[in-house]
Amino acid sequence: MIEGAGDPGLYDWPSQHAQLTWPGGKSVAVWVAPNLEYYEIDPPAHPRRKAWGRPHPDVVGFSHRDHSNRVSHWRMADVMTKHGFPGSVSLSVALCQHHPEVVQDAAARGWEFFSHGIYNTRYAYDMAEEQERAIIEDSIRTVRASTGQSIRGWLAPALTHTPRTLDLIAEYGLDYTCDLYHDDKLVPVKTKTGDLVSIPYSLEVNDHYGFFVYNMSGRDYAETLIRQYERLAAEPGSVMCIPLHAYLIGQPHRIGPFEQALKHIAADGRAWIATAGEIVDAWKAGRTLP
Amino acid sequence: MSLDPAYLEYPRRRQGYDHDLYAWSALHQRPPLKWPHGSVAVWVCVSLEWFPIIPSDTPFRAPGHMQTAYPDFRHYTARDYGNRVGVGRMLDALGAAGAPASFATNAAVAERYPELLGAVQAGGHEVIAHSTDMNGTIDASLPVEAERTLITEARDRLAACGVQPDGWLSIARSQSFNTPDLLVEAGYRYACDWVNDELPYRFRNGLINMPLNHELSDRQIIAVQQQSADSWAQSQEDAFDWLAAEAAASGGARMLPIHVTPYIMGLPYRIAAFERLLARLAARPECWFACAGRIVDAFVGQEIK
Repeated sequence: MIEGAGDPGLYDWPSQHAQLTWPGGKSVAVWVAPNLEYYEIDPPAHPRRKAWGRPHPDVVGFSHRDHSNRVSHWRMADVMTKHGFPGSVSLSVALCQHHPEVVQDAAARGWEFFSHGIYNTRYAYDMAEEQERAIIEDSIRTVRASTGQSIRGWLAPALTHTPRTLDLIAEYGLDYTCDLYHDDKLVPVKTKTGDLVSIPYSLEVNDHYGFFVYNMSGRDYAETLIRQYERLAAEPGSVMCIPLHAYLIGQPHRIGPFEQALKHIAADGRAWIATAGEIVDAWKAGRTLP
Repeated sequence: MSLDPAYLEYPRRRQGYDHDLYAWSALHQRPPLKWPHGSVAVWVCVSLEWFPIIPSDTPFRAPGHMQTAYPDFRHYTARDYGNRVGVGRMLDALGAAGAPASFATNAAVAERYPELLGAVQAGGHEVIAHSTDMNGTIDASLPVEAERTLITEARDRLAACGVQPDGWLSIARSQSFNTPDLLVEAGYRYACDWVNDELPYRFRNGLINMPLNHELSDRQIIAVQQQSADSWAQSQEDAFDWLAAEAAASGGARMLPIHVTPYIMGLPYRIAAFERLLARLAARPECWFACAGRIVDAFVGQEIK
């Protein structure tokens, strides 16, 4: 990025790539991004952001998120598997140490992993370059040791960045970032080196926004996903991401309506249901290089 | 620009949790539980709260507490409406459905409204301790001696009213790191604060945690998310349907906690949604209406030692 400029210079306008049809002639690529996270109960303080809203332990905050790793991961994952949706996992890589059972379950389902930092309670703001390199190298090393996979993407921990984050992940050979929200299509990202692309993730249909920004019911959220899908399926070359947190979508009152939304998308016929890496590969294979 | 090097050290990065309060366990991989009746325990928990008109911010002001400059007649009376009127509608609804419930009761409510306490007991319901009054909040900023005094005072004041609960619910489910040990020391068998599970489980110190889903509470869905009572009831039924299906598929048991507040759900325009929900659940063969203590009993009877 151009540090200090009003426009950080991340990408060109408008989207520069040709319209693309996805494999099988599908009009919209759909990927599901479960966030498999570990939040520390008593993390050290960051000078710019509090980890919890209450003095530690924030019992509701911590235990709500712990629900993912005891209960709702399996509920969410079973519904995804049943309807043919692989996960592209936004992973707090320390989950590989704390609850390897969750990571192994996701790996056994054939899911792809990218890094969401070490913990979702450790923020990247103000890191020195060598510190940010350390969390990238830790991510690559930890996921490889735990799953054999080489991470290809990055969603910054708790969406915290530095001006050099995108350059660094590109330098380490990562293919995609989930941190930019400027388009419904893949867009090249301007970095010093490498070949980084922005893949649409989503704030707006993220279950966290659905339930805690827009205060939707489970049924309202499922209807929102269907509307999002219907519009994007009518705009060829689009990407729809469904970003999830098991402790939210996997609550017993929400999972049933969510399953109906997945059924709708799976049955529609216009969706290429894929992982983030597969979508990036198809886009790179189809693009016209300048 | 650089962070303190300690910020990139992870001394508790290890298998299991970064705390020692309880062990990890995955619900879907545990041996199945069985209830005495049905496969989904429906645990209605009613909070009985008295908010002093002079609020305390130490350690924090409870949700629902006073909001205007003193004297906040508006919130003092609107909250007390729950104890005078709303709870009566809930007791009638529970009675009509044949649903024994838990009443998480401030000691001050038991002292101030003995007729209400009597009606709860006469209805076959259970009292669990819910601090002294709505100024009796707990978090890590409360000195341990003050927390110990608060917990034992709530116990002793309820005992003086003739009830000796074996369960505890903290205000806003907020604990300190000392709370689980202080609750065991005060003789409690279970607490309802940690929302990380959907069945009872045991802390390392012996305390049983009864997860009381906060996301399904009337406070969250109606007061915070500002949905209708009908939407709240629909969410409960969607949850019940899912849990009943999971119980059937696994050959095990599930639990649906329904946490309600008389000044929220007991209003005239909302109570019918509560009544209809209870009636619909009562008609389901999978439904076992049970208070927390009976669910804990069933869990303890099947615990693998």
